[in-house]
Amino acid sequence: MATTFKPDEAPPVVAVSWFERLRRGFFGSPFDAALTVLGLAVLYLVLTPLLEWAIFKAAWLGNGPEACPDKEAACWVFIRARGAQLVYGPYPPAERWRVDLVLALGIIGLVLMLVPRVPAKIWIGAVMLSAYPALVALLLAGGAFGLAPVDTADWGGLMLTLVVATWGIATSMPLGLVLALGRRSQMPVVRALSVAFIEFWRGVPLIAVLFMAATMFPLFMPAGATADKLLRALIAFSLFNAAYMAEVFRGGLQAVPVGQYEAARSLGLGYWRLMGLIVLPQAFRIAIPGLVNTCIGIFKETTLILVIGLFDLLAVIQAGIADPAWLIGDHVRETGYFFAGLGFWFFCFGMSRYSARLERRLSAGRATT
Amino acid sequence: MTAALWRDVRIRSAVTQIAIAAAALALGAALVGNVIENLARLGINAGFQFLARPAGFGIVQSLVEYSEASSYGRALLVALLNTVVLSAAGILIATIVGFIIGLARLSTNLLISNLALAYIEIMRNVPLLLQIFFWYFAVLRPLPPPRNSIAVGGVAFLSNRGFYLPAPVFETGAGIVAAVATAGLGTAIGLVLWARRRQRATGRRVRVGWPALGLVLVLPALAAAATGFPVSWDVPKLAGFNFMGGIVVIPEFVAMLLSLSIYSAAFIAEIVRAGVLAVPTGQVEAARSLGLKKRQITRFVVVPQALRVIVPPLTSQYLNLVKNSSLAAAIAYPELMLVFAGTVLNQTGQAIEVMAITTGLYLLASLLIAAFMNWYNRAVALVER
Repeated sequence: MATTFKPDEAPPVVAVSWFERLRRGFFGSPFDAALTVLGLAVLYLVLTPLLEWAIFKAAWLGNGPEACPDKEAACWVFIRARGAQLVYGPYPPAERWRVDLVLALGIIGLVLMLVPRVPAKIWIGAVMLSAYPALVALLLAGGAFGLAPVDTADWGGLMLTLVVATWGIATSMPLGLVLALGRRSQMPVVRALSVAFIEFWRGVPLIAVLFMAATMFPLFMPAGATADKLLRALIAFSLFNAAYMAEVFRGGLQAVPVGQYEAARSLGLGYWRLMGLIVLPQAFRIAIPGLVNTCIGIFKETTLILVIGLFDLLAVIQAGIADPAWLIGDHVRETGYFFAGLGFWFFCFGMSRYSARLERRLSAGRATT
Repeated sequence: MTAALWRDVRIRSAVTQIAIAAAALALGAALVGNVIENLARLGINAGFQFLARPAGFGIVQSLVEYSEASSYGRALLVALLNTVVLSAAGILIATIVGFIIGLARLSTNLLISNLALAYIEIMRNVPLLLQIFFWYFAVLRPLPPPRNSIAVGGVAFLSNRGFYLPAPVFETGAGIVAAVATAGLGTAIGLVLWARRRQRATGRRVRVGWPALGLVLVLPALAAAATGFPVSWDVPKLAGFNFMGGIVVIPEFVAMLLSLSIYSAAFIAEIVRAGVLAVPTGQVEAARSLGLKKRQITRFVVVPQALRVIVPPLTSQYLNLVKNSSLAAAIAYPELMLVFAGTVLNQTGQAIEVMAITTGLYLLASLLIAAFMNWYNRAVALVER
C-alpha cells in the first residue's frame, strides 16, 4: 500500500496561442499531417482547374458565340446573352416591368419580414399573405385594369421558379399545420383521414404527382372543366409538400412537454386557445430547422416542373444550351449548369444560414433557465 | 337546451367527425363519379387486361429477357428491376460515402473537417435534377464515341454509348468453387458466433479472426486452383461502330448513380455527424476511465449509441433516394416512372390503372424499406432497463 501522496499533475492547459492551435489543428500527429497534405493536394487539384475555367481563362467580354473560342473555359458571354431569358423566360418583353414590380415588392416585403428589428411584423405578414398574392396574380396574369393578359404558358425563368417556390411554401405550411393538428387529434375520423393523406403523399415521388396532375387531373374533374397546366402543378406542389410540412410540425408538437398542455388546460383554456397561445408558439420554435429544410427542399424541387413542360430556370437554361447558335462546344453547356447551380446554391444556402441565425436568436433566451 | 348539448365535448366531437366524414365521402364520391363519367365519355375500358397485351417498344437496359413482343406486364417487371438496381446501388454507395464524409466532418484536423463541410454545403444546396443533368449532359454525353473510346487497362472502355466492362464467363467447375466459398463463409460465421458465445459464457476471449479470414479467402482460392480457375473474361471488342461482348453499363445509369449517391451522401453525412455528436462525452470519458482502448470505445460505446440516433433519419434518406430515382425519367433511364407511367400510359391510355400500379409500387418499396430499417433499429437499439 502506498503511504505517500503522488506528486500533483500539471494543470491542463486551457489557453494556447493561435500558432499552437493551428499546429494542433493541422499537424497534431503524423497521421494528421498526412491528412493535411492529402487535403491540400485535393484542394489544389480541384481549385486550380476550377478557377482557371471559371475566372482566369473564361470569356467575359463580347456578345455572340464567337466571343467564346476557348472550349476549356467558361463562356459567361452566353449567360449575359441569355440574361433576360433566364429571369423572365418567354414573358413578353413589353410587359416585363410587371415582373420587375412584383419582384421588387416581394423583396421589400421579405426584407421587412426577415430583419428582426422591423416592428409590426403581424401587419406586414398579413399584407404579404393577402394583398400581395392577389396583386401578383393580377400583375403577372393581367387581363384587368388595362393590363394585357399574359398566358401562364409564357411565364418562365427565375420568375416562374420563384412563383412556384413561394406558392409552395406559403400554401403547404398552413395546410401542413392543419394536417399535423389533425394527426394528433383525439377524434379518430380526423386522425385517420390525416394519417392517410400524409402517408399517401409521402410515399409517392413528386414526379409521379406531377405526372398525375398533367395526365389524370382532367379525369377527376366534371366534363368540360379545365385547369391551367401551371395551376395544376401548383396544386400538386401544395398537397405534396403539405404532407412533409405536417410531419415537421408533428415533430414540433410532440416535443412540447405534456405539462404545458396540462397546465394550460387546468387554467381553463379551450382547444384553440391552448394551441394558439401555449403549444404552437413553442412547437413552431422547435420546428424551425425542419421547416426551413423543407422550404429549401421545395425550392430545389421546383426544377421538376420542367418534366411536365413548364419553363423554370433550369428549363430555360436547357433550352438556351440547345439553341443552334450556341452549339459551339461543351463549355457553353458546362457554363449554363455551373451558373444554374450557383444560382440555386445561393438561394438555398442563404435560407439555411438564415435559419441557423434565427435558431440561435430564439434559443438565446432559453439557454439561461 | 341546444346550447347545452353543443357544450358537451363528446357530442361536439361526434358531430364534427360525422360532418368531416360526410364531406370526405361526398368529395370522394364526386371524384369517382367524375372518373366513371369521363371514362365512359372517352371510351376507355377500365381494368388490368392491358398488362397481357404486347408492348411493342424496346427497353435499352433489361435484367430479364425482354423484346418488343413482350407484354406490358413484362415491361413493368423490367422497369421495376431497373429502379430496384439503381436504388440499391445508390443506397450502398451513398451510405459508404456519407459515413466517410460524416466522420471526416468530425475530424480534429481542421482542413479535413472543412473540406467535408464544403462538400456537404455544396451538394445538398444544388437541386438533384441539376446534378443529374450535369453528369449526364456535361460529363458523360461529351465522351468520345466507341471508336475513339477511352481504354482503361485495355479491358474496359468509356464512351458516350456507355461503359464497356469485361464480363465473367463461368465454366464447368465454377459451381464447385462457389459451393466451397459458401461453405467457407458459413463455417467462418459459425466460428465467430461460437467464439462470441464462449466469451459470454466463460469470459475468456478466443481469437478466431485469422482462421475465419482463411476460411473466407484461402479456401475458395485453393478450390479455384484445384479446378484450374474455371472463370474466363469476355473482354469487349470494337466491331464496326460499337463494341461486342462484355457488359455494358449505359450512361444514363452511371449519371443517375453518381448524382443520387453524391447528393444523398451529403445528407447522410450530416445524419452521421449528428448521431456521433449525440453520444454524451461522459460515455467516452467513462469508457476511457474503465481502461477501454480507443478502438474498443468506438466499437462498444460510441457506435451502438450513435446508431440509435442515426438509423431513423437514415431510413427516411433511403426512402428519399428511392423516390428520387424516379428523376431518371428526365434523362430517359428506363425505370418505373419513365417506362410505365410514361410510355405505357401514353400507349394504352389506362391512366388510372397505370398510375395506381406505379404509386402502389413506390408505396410498397417505402413500406419494405421502412419495415427492414425498423427491424434493424430494434436490433441496434440499446435495451433500457
